[in-house]
Amino acid sequence: MSVLPYLLVAWIFLFGLYGIVSSRNLIHITVCVSVCQSATYVLLLAIGYRKQGTAPVFADVPSSRRVVDPVVQSLTLTDIVVAVAISALLLSLALKVHDHYGSLDPSQVSEMKG
Amino acid sequence: MSRPLRLGLFVVGAAGLGMLLVAGLLDLPRFGDYPGPYGDLIARLAVPQRHMVNTVTAVVFDYRGFDTMGEELLLFAAASSTALLLRETREHDTDDLVAGVRSDAVRGLGALAAIIALVVGVDVVAHGFITPGGGFQGGVVLASAFAFLFLTIEYRAFVGLVPMVAAEPVESFGAGGYVAVGLLSFAFGFSFLQNFMGLGVPGRLSAGGSAIFVNWCSALAVCGGFLVIFGETLQENIAERYGRSRR
Amino acid sequence: MVPLQIVVILFVALGAAGVVLSRDPVRQAIVFSIYGFGLVLLFLVFQAPDVALSALVVSGIAYPLVLVSAIARVAAQRKRKGSA
Repeated sequence: MSVLPYLLVAWIFLFGLYGIVSSRNLIHITVCVSVCQSATYVLLLAIGYRKQGTAPVFADVPSSRRVVDPVVQSLTLTDIVVAVAISALLLSLALKVHDHYGSLDPSQVSEMKG
Repeated sequence: MSRPLRLGLFVVGAAGLGMLLVAGLLDLPRFGDYPGPYGDLIARLAVPQRHMVNTVTAVVFDYRGFDTMGEELLLFAAASSTALLLRETREHDTDDLVAGVRSDAVRGLGALAAIIALVVGVDVVAHGFITPGGGFQGGVVLASAFAFLFLTIEYRAFVGLVPMVAAEPVESFGAGGYVAVGLLSFAFGFSFLQNFMGLGVPGRLSAGGSAIFVNWCSALAVCGGFLVIFGETLQENIAERYGRSRR
Repeated sequence: MVPLQIVVILFVALGAAGVVLSRDPVRQAIVFSIYGFGLVLLFLVFQAPDVALSALVVSGIAYPLVLVSAIARVAAQRKRKGSA
């Protein structure tokens, strides 16, 4: 049972990859890239978890209390916000493709075939 | 490459990748047995050394402030690229649009919600070193306060209050201000981004030293970046739906 | 492991499958928002309130706004080109 978070990471990542490979719509591909990214967030937090540890904020707990790792949480929280901006960039690329080719299907856009 | 061939190739590749991934992940320490020294060190040292009660924000803005600067410049680059891509060839005029919400109840509640979101956003940013919060989360809440104006009142309210002329300087001020605070440390004889102010009392709003400026700069940068992104995508949408052709 | 963690992990797994398998973009945007809230619960159960707050504002406000705006713009352009 204690390997369940790591299996979840592999599950989410492989599902996201399947979505990218088998997709017929560029906006669907962008959301599947976000799903792959969320697999990395779960992995980072699963590494830092400590049994019976609490949140790493010492406002109301004494300093000797066990806490989970704060370093991986800091990596994850900036990553989540920046990922939205990157997805917005990918979506604007998809909009430009639609302007030129009239379709969002990657197999109909002649330079993206295959 | 035909579609069935692509999917077949993917199944083979994903099986191999899946086996390697699971084998690698099972070799990690068991879930809950975090061994590493750095988390314990920072949990022990953050309050006495940096006077910051929230250790995650202490790591983001103080211990690893240089990495956060890189992330923020990444956000700046992404927002600028989105604006660059979407602005060039917009074919329709949006100067005098009337695309408003007609229900007065929605407009009133929307204005109220925008004000509440603004106050909550400032609160989340300011209490970054005491409770969960900080520049990144609060910046998105601040940007959403302005997005409420578009969603519940009308497009002109959003554009009148945050024209693109004002959203971009806010974003640039935030991103540049971060670097400027780092360079300011040189004036005091310290290294880049080292703390140069008194650290304050832990648990109060004055805690943190020069990381407070860094916190607010990144909140402004995130808010400005998201306002640019929201503004460009919404302007695209409105131009396509209601605008007259420029030709 | 706490049983609450197991339940939330299963919910997130179902959500990820749901996001990938919904092909219509509007439906996918809504399912992605629900998956985002599932991730918020997962981050809370892993004792990470900062990350949960960040994921909440992003998957509740920023991401759906950008996504639905792009989808609506594509639909409006198709209607305009189709009738022109």
